[in-house]
Amino acid sequence: MKKDRSRARRKVGPATAAAEWELRLYIAGETTKALAAFSNLEQICEEHLKGRYRIEVIDLLKNPTLARGDQILAIPTLVRKLPTPIKKIIGDLTNAERVLVGLDVRPVNK
Amino acid sequence: MPPSSSKSGVAARRASAAKRVRDVQLAKAPSGIKGLDEITGGGLPRGRPTLVCGGPGCGKTLLAMEFLARGAMEHGEPGVFMSFEESEAELTSNVASLGFDVGRLIEQKKLAIDQVRVERSEIEETGEYDLEGLFVRLQHAVESIGAKRVVLDTIESLFASLPNPVILRSELRRLFRWLKDRELTAVITGEKGEGTLTRQGLEEYVSDCVIFLDHRITDQISTRRLRVVKYRGSSHETNEFPFLIDENGISVLPITSLGLEHEASTERVSSGIPRLNEMLDGKGYYKGSTILVSGTAGTGKTSMATHLATDFCRKGQRCLYFAFEESAAQIQRNMNSIGLDLGRFVRDGTLRIVPARPSAAGLEVLLTSIHQKVNEFEPQLVIMDPISNLITVGTDIEACSMLTRMIDFLKSRGITTLFTNLTAGTAELEQTEVGISSLIDTWLMLEVTRSGGERNRLINVIKSRGMAHSNQTSEYRLTSKGVQILDTYLGPSGVLTGSARLAKEAEDQANAVLRADEISRKQAVRESRRRAYEARIAALREEFVAEDATLERAIKEEGILQQRVESDRIAMAESRKAFSGKIDGTKKRGKGDRS
Repeated sequence: MKKDRSRARRKVGPATAAAEWELRLYIAGETTKALAAFSNLEQICEEHLKGRYRIEVIDLLKNPTLARGDQILAIPTLVRKLPTPIKKIIGDLTNAERVLVGLDVRPVNK
Repeated sequence: MPPSSSKSGVAARRASAAKRVRDVQLAKAPSGIKGLDEITGGGLPRGRPTLVCGGPGCGKTLLAMEFLARGAMEHGEPGVFMSFEESEAELTSNVASLGFDVGRLIEQKKLAIDQVRVERSEIEETGEYDLEGLFVRLQHAVESIGAKRVVLDTIESLFASLPNPVILRSELRRLFRWLKDRELTAVITGEKGEGTLTRQGLEEYVSDCVIFLDHRITDQISTRRLRVVKYRGSSHETNEFPFLIDENGISVLPITSLGLEHEASTERVSSGIPRLNEMLDGKGYYKGSTILVSGTAGTGKTSMATHLATDFCRKGQRCLYFAFEESAAQIQRNMNSIGLDLGRFVRDGTLRIVPARPSAAGLEVLLTSIHQKVNEFEPQLVIMDPISNLITVGTDIEACSMLTRMIDFLKSRGITTLFTNLTAGTAELEQTEVGISSLIDTWLMLEVTRSGGERNRLINVIKSRGMAHSNQTSEYRLTSKGVQILDTYLGPSGVLTGSARLAKEAEDQANAVLRADEISRKQAVRESRRRAYEARIAALREEFVAEDATLERAIKEEGILQQRVESDRIAMAESRKAFSGKIDGTKKRGKGDRS
């Protein structure tokens, strides 16, 4: 099972230091929506959280049991594991503004 | 062997034809819920989703869980419970009280529970999404145990937690399609909406079978009811059926389907009171008939009922006694005072006393629990004491309808039933409050008469179908040896009771003594007269004998005299040498010729 899990997770970002932002993207197969979400997310992170984030992509088709842990229903779902509290953003993350609000990246002064 | 083989060929063809019809007909998955399978004609549509909807607290989740648990335990069909509201632990403990060990079923891989919990506050939406996550989870759960049944409880709550109803609706449509494609028999629960079956119009998606649960409160008493709103491709009962949730799960009562088709027994059962049997054509009640004992307070209705019960129990037949007013112990104690030992029968298991307050749960629930108890105990006699208590709970119509159904049910089982009915002191005696007299086969009316400063009890057989019953009003007493029906004394103002009866009895006794005296006196007179006559006869006889003897003597003397005359004459003739004249006539003529 351990092996499966590692294969199911794809990590992007600096693996060394403990990342300030720990994000998880749940997908179910490499659909267009999943791919769009991933590229949108990468772009936003590179722009706003460069060097401070880590993205873990979890494909539920490969490891369906993981859906329970984060209570995933909608696909794709982005989960902000860190910093707490947990935040969830569903959809293909096309609206960068809303993603930033959702992740609390953008300070409220904006 | 050719004829038999051709016969079996016909049978086989017939069987295969029947099988084809069955195949064409909608396949059904038995829910295992008591009564529901009868109403739906076999269960829920197999491989299709069924919508179970109703207001909060009407038992949707329990019904769904029982459907899964029974499927897993009794029909070998594992199931997945996808809960959108309660957690696994909550569900497990909720249904544990109904006798389902969910934890064990999960261990045995017969049941899987997946709780879907979505916090609206945690969720931000941007861009397109679908509910593939839900599908993945469901599929995983189904595959992990090879599930044949699925419950989604209550999927509508997703509308509250996910922001885009348009996506949700299309995804739900896809979900139900998905379930059908996999031939999963599914139960989807939904909350009742305003004017619609479900708040979010789920009936639009799940249209094969819709079951509506209701939880109605009348006079502070709630009754649960179930109705099959629609069942595509199958006939089903359309009425509302009361159902009960108790320690055995859900029981639905298909009682309105009962009709007047019960058989009528000609067998008779003793009432337990010999003289009452005499009043009932000498043999007692009919087996399987419905008996009503009505009367005002304190007339001994329970005693009459208990007599019948003990008579049944004594013969080893089972009796189920529903006590709506007294506790089991109280009845036993009270009946001991008239010499009926119920405790003995309770101990040997032929008698079961079930105390129940109709006001505690409502009529329909009561009826359901009566059904259950009857099915469980299988009695030959059911006693309800008193049914007038039912009216305090529902309306007249409800109570009457409930009793009608109950009588139908008990009659269809051939169970003899005795109801007691308390008539209020002011009410018309020959009228049951519940208005069920026409349903009753034998009606005994007990009444109390007040005369001479006493209250005395009277029994009448108002009616008894199918037998020549007595029309006599009789007095009876509750003695330490049970109910005793007494001889009837009629006075100028009707039946004499109590002291009047005793006075009459005494008078009758006095009269009897007098009559007996008279008889013996007359007999003595007769005897003395007889003796007098006999004495006179004896005297006369003696007189006669004396007279007779005298006469005889006289006759004898006369004879001797005659002889003497004759011999004198002969002697004289001889002396004259004349013919003695013994041969008179010729000799005399010769003598004359000669001379």
